[in-house]
Amino acid sequence: MAKVEKKGAASEPLLREFFREMLLIRRFEEKVEERFRAGELPGFLHVAIGQEAVAVGVCRALDDGDVIMSTHRAHGHTLAKGTHPNELMAELYGKLEGCSHGYGGSMHLYDVEKGMLGANAVVGGGLPQITGTALAFKFRGEPRVALAFFGDGATNIGTFHEALNLAQLWQVPAVFVCENNWYAESTPHAQHSPVRSMSDRAVAFGMKAIKVDGQDVEDVYANTQRALDHARGGNGPVFLDVETYRLTGHYVGDPQVYRPKDELRELRETQDPIDKLRERIGLGDDELEELDREITEIVDGSVEFAKAGTDPKPEDALKNVYA
Amino acid sequence: MNDALHVELERDDSVLVMGEDVGRAGGVFRATAGLRDRFGPDRCVDTPLAEAGILGTAVGLCMAGWRPVCEMQYDAFSYPCLDQLITHVGRYRWRTGGGMEFPVTIRMPYGGGVRAPELHDDSPETYYVHTPGVKVAIPSTPADAKGLLAAAIRDPDPVVVLEPKLIYRGVAEEVPEGEHVVPLGRARVAREGSDLTLVAYGAMVALAERAAAGLADEASVEIVDVRTLKPLDEEALLASAAKTGRVVIVQEAPRTCGYGAELAAILAEKAILDLRGPVLRVTGYDVPYPYWQIEDAYMPSIDRVVDAARKLLEF
Repeated sequence: MAKVEKKGAASEPLLREFFREMLLIRRFEEKVEERFRAGELPGFLHVAIGQEAVAVGVCRALDDGDVIMSTHRAHGHTLAKGTHPNELMAELYGKLEGCSHGYGGSMHLYDVEKGMLGANAVVGGGLPQITGTALAFKFRGEPRVALAFFGDGATNIGTFHEALNLAQLWQVPAVFVCENNWYAESTPHAQHSPVRSMSDRAVAFGMKAIKVDGQDVEDVYANTQRALDHARGGNGPVFLDVETYRLTGHYVGDPQVYRPKDELRELRETQDPIDKLRERIGLGDDELEELDREITEIVDGSVEFAKAGTDPKPEDALKNVYA
Repeated sequence: MNDALHVELERDDSVLVMGEDVGRAGGVFRATAGLRDRFGPDRCVDTPLAEAGILGTAVGLCMAGWRPVCEMQYDAFSYPCLDQLITHVGRYRWRTGGGMEFPVTIRMPYGGGVRAPELHDDSPETYYVHTPGVKVAIPSTPADAKGLLAAAIRDPDPVVVLEPKLIYRGVAEEVPEGEHVVPLGRARVAREGSDLTLVAYGAMVALAERAAAGLADEASVEIVDVRTLKPLDEEALLASAAKTGRVVIVQEAPRTCGYGAELAAILAEKAILDLRGPVLRVTGYDVPYPYWQIEDAYMPSIDRVVDAARKLLEF
């Protein structure tokens, strides 16, 4: 069984920093949705509204040398790992100034310097790569941890099982963060997984698993620290079984016919991690308004930066296929 | 192969070997024998049966500065890792604007003719050649096997090295000692001739040589050993076509959309005025590789190559 561990305390100023970052991610994604609907961002778009506490709680617990990989829902993870909103927005606009130089877009975000080793459109694709990076750290005796974000849907794919099996077998310093938002795209959890508790998946490999409340950033932060200490200390990988909620569709424009009628409204009223944290730190209306104004400026500024960016030329596609 | 791995692991301490049964067992074809004892279990890593996991792990190792050499135990056992190869290995450098290097080598025993069961004798080169960002080499001699593998390991890009099983035990020759590198992207003229060119790679080069000997009284046959399928030495192909005006391509892979089709298309595009007849192909068939009782009927034979050559000479 997964252990429910005691919380470590995050200080009040730290929680306020968390709040600011979570609000930045929320406003950033709302802006991206708005620009997508306005037709400025063609293609496909997945946002993680409702899951901000996971991105911030996990990434703020990391050391600078630690690395992450992410999923098709990666904006929050990337911002929380330190990529500037300007570079992220420029990437979504397909500009050379983007964090993936305009080659990746929303689903293939990279920021190698910041330790963001890649988001991934193929569910579960990055998991063995995190095992490999962690193995490299272990071989070199470096006190670094490699951490993978993935959803409950990814636990059904082969690479998930191969990656966890190898990680546990080799006792590598990896942390596997399962963001269980209860839907694999549009398929409810009960229809895609024979086990209700995602921790059971990890326990099957003999891996330490910790249950986490993904709507509570303090809980995410404290348990991620424990997981990182365990992994960094040479005790093998850890599985973080994070229960969270996607307060939106799988993609922007998703009619969400697969959800029970009132579920989204109820979740938004009771499970918004930003509302919860605001209550916890007792942020007043004036303070919130001021913070919101500051963040809106940053987000609006990122759109301006992106629009003023450099369009790639067709011949740029020929570069970097080979060394 | 074994010598190349010993030399390269000694030369560069960021090179490591990983795969199923590569450590204590030394690999099913003994390619990794002695590596574990000499370099330790961290440089010659035994893995479980998990091809996608092996290649995915190698991708992660690359990201942290290693140069992994992955062994896939047999050609067709590489299919579970095609996902990692196609969706990640060949794309990372491009996606990251050149920010990440992927000096991974994927080597595997390749091809038929050794009385193995199905899925132990496939010729999957086209899947790899068709994947942007990946290079592909197939040696036809022991010396080239050593030299191409060394080049693959030193190359900054992902390279798939397909090792014909027929060569493992079928050919013996002296191999240069110590460091020996055969540059990628350069074909080899295995036999000089003036009337007709046989283009082949892997085990088909030896077959072409026997066919050429059989035709010795009728025609002077040149043989171009492709060696690196990607990047292709187009210059060598076109030079030989210009010289002889007649080209027969030999591949053991299934016919449709095989590598020979690409070679034929290049010749049609760039050498049409040099050609005195159609480019012909001698290939395997569009069927799963058959069991040993009828595998000889599947594989290109000396007779089939000679027949194709005569047909073209008489065109």
